[in-house]
Amino acid sequence: MDVLDIARWQFGITTVYHFLMVPLTLGLGVLVAVMHTMWVRTDKPEWLRMTRFWGRIFLINFVLGVATGLVQEFQFGLAWSEYSRFVGDVFGSLLALEALLAFFLESTFLGLWIFGWGRIPKKVHLAALWAAVIGSWVSAYFIIAANSWMQHPVGVVTDDATGRPLQVDFVAVLTNNTALAAYAHTLVGALMVAGALLVGIGLWHLRKRKLAEQSTTDPARQSVDDGVWRRSVRLGGWVSLAAFLLVAVTGDWQAKLMYQQQPLKMSSAEALCETEAPASFSIFAFAKFGSNECDDVHSITVPYLLSYLANGDFTSAVPGVNELQEEYAAVYGETYPDDPSFGDKAGEPIDYTPLLAVTYWNFRLMIGMGAASAAVAAYALWSTRKGRVPTSRIGVTGALLAMGAPFVANAAGWIFTEMGRQPFVVYPNPDVPVEDQVYFFTAQAVSPGITAAEVWTSLVSLTVVYGALAVVELWLVTRFVRRGVTTADGAPVPGHTPEGGPDDDTPGGADGPARRADDDVLSFAY
Amino acid sequence: MDLQTVWFAAVAVLWIGFLLLEGFDFGVAALLPVLGRRTADRHLMLRSIGPLWDGNEVWLITAVGAVFAAFPGWYASWLPALYLPFVLVLFGLIIRAVAFEWRHSHHTEQWDATWTRVIVAGSLIASLGIGAALGATTLGLPIDDDGNRVGGAFSGLGWPALLGAVAVLAYSTVHGALFLALKVDGDVRERARAFAVRWSPLAALPLLAWAGVTHLRYGTPATAVLWLVAALAVVVAWARIRVGREGQAFAAWGAMLVAAAATIFGAAYPVVVPSTIDAAFDLTVADASVSDYTLTVMTWAAGFGLPVVLGYQAWTYWVFRERLTADPVHEEHEEVPA
Ligand code: HDD
Ligand code: HEM
Ligand code: HEM
Repeated sequence: MDVLDIARWQFGITTVYHFLMVPLTLGLGVLVAVMHTMWVRTDKPEWLRMTRFWGRIFLINFVLGVATGLVQEFQFGLAWSEYSRFVGDVFGSLLALEALLAFFLESTFLGLWIFGWGRIPKKVHLAALWAAVIGSWVSAYFIIAANSWMQHPVGVVTDDATGRPLQVDFVAVLTNNTALAAYAHTLVGALMVAGALLVGIGLWHLRKRKLAEQSTTDPARQSVDDGVWRRSVRLGGWVSLAAFLLVAVTGDWQAKLMYQQQPLKMSSAEALCETEAPASFSIFAFAKFGSNECDDVHSITVPYLLSYLANGDFTSAVPGVNELQEEYAAVYGETYPDDPSFGDKAGEPIDYTPLLAVTYWNFRLMIGMGAASAAVAAYALWSTRKGRVPTSRIGVTGALLAMGAPFVANAAGWIFTEMGRQPFVVYPNPDVPVEDQVYFFTAQAVSPGITAAEVWTSLVSLTVVYGALAVVELWLVTRFVRRGVTTADGAPVPGHTPEGGPDDDTPGGADGPARRADDDVLSFAY
Repeated sequence: MDLQTVWFAAVAVLWIGFLLLEGFDFGVAALLPVLGRRTADRHLMLRSIGPLWDGNEVWLITAVGAVFAAFPGWYASWLPALYLPFVLVLFGLIIRAVAFEWRHSHHTEQWDATWTRVIVAGSLIASLGIGAALGATTLGLPIDDDGNRVGGAFSGLGWPALLGAVAVLAYSTVHGALFLALKVDGDVRERARAFAVRWSPLAALPLLAWAGVTHLRYGTPATAVLWLVAALAVVVAWARIRVGREGQAFAAWGAMLVAAAATIFGAAYPVVVPSTIDAAFDLTVADASVSDYTLTVMTWAAGFGLPVVLGYQAWTYWVFRERLTADPVHEEHEEVPA
């Protein structure tokens, strides 16, 4: 593989990894803030303990989000310096504003929230959490605006001297319709992640408590503990269902925009080879293995549906991959220019069709996983109606597995979006006359000075470290989740014997009471 | 002043802010094995930076972001030229961040000791690496006419990188000691004070040397004055910590960093990456910068945003101003109703 391919793998791996933490931060943050608000308003212990439990998971995840986000901030310079030079006039300012207006807010107020328990007035403490959550939502806006500008460059003209985009309208960059749609879609997608987590973990604890008949020890305490899990399931379930509805609405909005802005991506996602009027939506497709020729794909289809998804009616024409490929080649060239800045690709033919299997299946994976998660949420709401507790092993196991579904859906959505725009890294905006368009091929974007050995080193070492982090993280979170809701001093809930050995959180254990008191703050900190 | 100069100054301010703030948490971490004799001491030291390190780190993210935003040419030459060193810095920062969180997520002596060591290692790697990168960008990298590195993976690492690395680590360590002297009580406070008394004159030398070299190479009378201010601040810091005036010593040491960094950035201006191949290839603010329109937009955003950030960050420092002791008093803590 040449530097370009290695760098692309590296970007893909690290970004998909970062985006495992991100939706949980965005989604769970709001839900924890809601729980905390409910506690401040009602003074009910359930809400406090939900805040502490889910807040802890939120924090464990947040730190990994920060650690992997740092890599992102440097990556554009490290491996994609030509890209950074090219997009500098627009892209860098969005990243800088994200840091200045959002990351400071997020990290400062989160620190205040973590260490502020009991130190600052209750309402100020609550406001600190909201400020941090708002910070994370603002950060998502700036970065999505940056990404959407690559998908649909607006607010720029071409600089005659350098051939690079020159920003002329910052407001247009911020109000890019691609960004508005993608932002809405990403945020509701993030809520699905948080919702599924609440449902899965909540159901598991409810069932476990019911089977262990834990109501015998202390009835008052019992109802509070059950309340924690019951409320978590109900909250998570409704959030999941509502978010799935909104994901579909915003996704439909994006699909319609995409037919104007990047028709090749959408037609690839549908494996629509020839222009059809009316066009049918493909449900399942078979292709010749290893071929990226559209004509080798055969689909099972639903008539008329694609016309509706693309244009909002049931009759109009939808352009096919073969025709679009020719149109693009006519405008942007059959082959890459014979210029050293294109590296190994110089003079090679350009394939304007993204990898069909990747776009097609990731699109379906995204929708399918979202639907699966929503179905599990509906089951959870049904099985916990009117105080019922599900004892079905299959149902609860299913809910636990379904916690992964929205993560997969999010990753699939991004892989679809990002790989679907190949071979461009900055996609030409079709609303602009061809001679004024700003676009950039991925093949030109990579850093010219670096060696394959350097990128291999970072790719392999980052992947190994990220893998190791995932193992430790999952182990810690699983242990924490199994232990359940504990009281302030870290003592386990009566009747909840900790799974682990003597090193567990038993009061008066190895470290004695002093250590426990210390951890009252610290165990909630990072 | 034109906007490019304003943004060069803004980038310098962000780097100085980062070194002033993250400097002490790097330093406290580096001192863990030196000053933290007992487990309780080490917990106390970590507690002193617990609520602050993440907010401090955002200064780094913002500084890098501002380099990209205002001078993409600088960002695109500097980072790939030092590809592997920057990757190493990222590893340092990653393991450090997770170690802060994971250290107390599981309770065994072994676990705690391991992650404490990781915090130390990560902080050392990060401070050395960032120092090396800053040293190289102010004193020279082997870049060609297009701003791309010439030579192999390590061609960017010469004595300027080494000087920068040592300077940032040495400065941070004393900065951390002074911070501890100011922030905690008990044995650790005493030891931190003694450490600062003993080491501050020596620890300032690499930084002063770096500032001195930059001044001699490109400087102006103004940067000579700044350098003298930095040297004087070292003397003040040392004199004040000797008599136990921790606050004043901390402030003087911080002033030393500000003056030394101002010497370096002031002397280097308008060059952002000097080329060791040919002075004609030097990358200047004019070569590297974005358009005036973009700079204007960012000036408005930063003019509004930065004071707000400074305001609430200062407020958090105020909220957590109390001196910490190894035996925390927990009465004030709200008990969670069970
Ligand atoms: C839709 C949202 C989104 C997307 C697409 C990205 N991020 Fe991210 N990022 C966040 C949303 C976010 C967040 C929710 O704000 C995080 C996640 C966890 C966290 O700690 O904050 C974060 C953390 C985070 C941090 C650490 C911030 C801190 O210390 O507080 C950096 C430097 C970045 N990100 C940079 C990036 C870059 C350069 C990206 C482009 C490839 C990127 N992120 C994609
Ligand atoms: C919103 C901020 C984002 C920006 C600015 C961004 C930018 C980029 C850039 C510059 C590249 C490298 C060039 C290329 O290969 O085309 C890239 C590739 C890629 N990105 Fe993104 N990205 C963002 C978000 C994401 C997210 C969140 C994910 C996944 C979770 C993702 C997945 C990928 C993948 C898989 C590739 C490799 C594509 C390929 O090489 O075919 N991106 N992105
Ligand atoms: C239910 C029907 C859904 C539809 C019609 C839909 C539609 C779309 C479309 C058209 C895109 C591509 C946008 C582009 O390339 O510019 C996209 C991207 C994406 N989708 Fe979906 N989606 C659905 C469900 C989901 C679900 C359930 C999730 C996650 C829980 C999700 C997460 C994402 C993400 C993270 C992206 C990439 C970022 C973006 O461009 O917004 N989607 N979706």
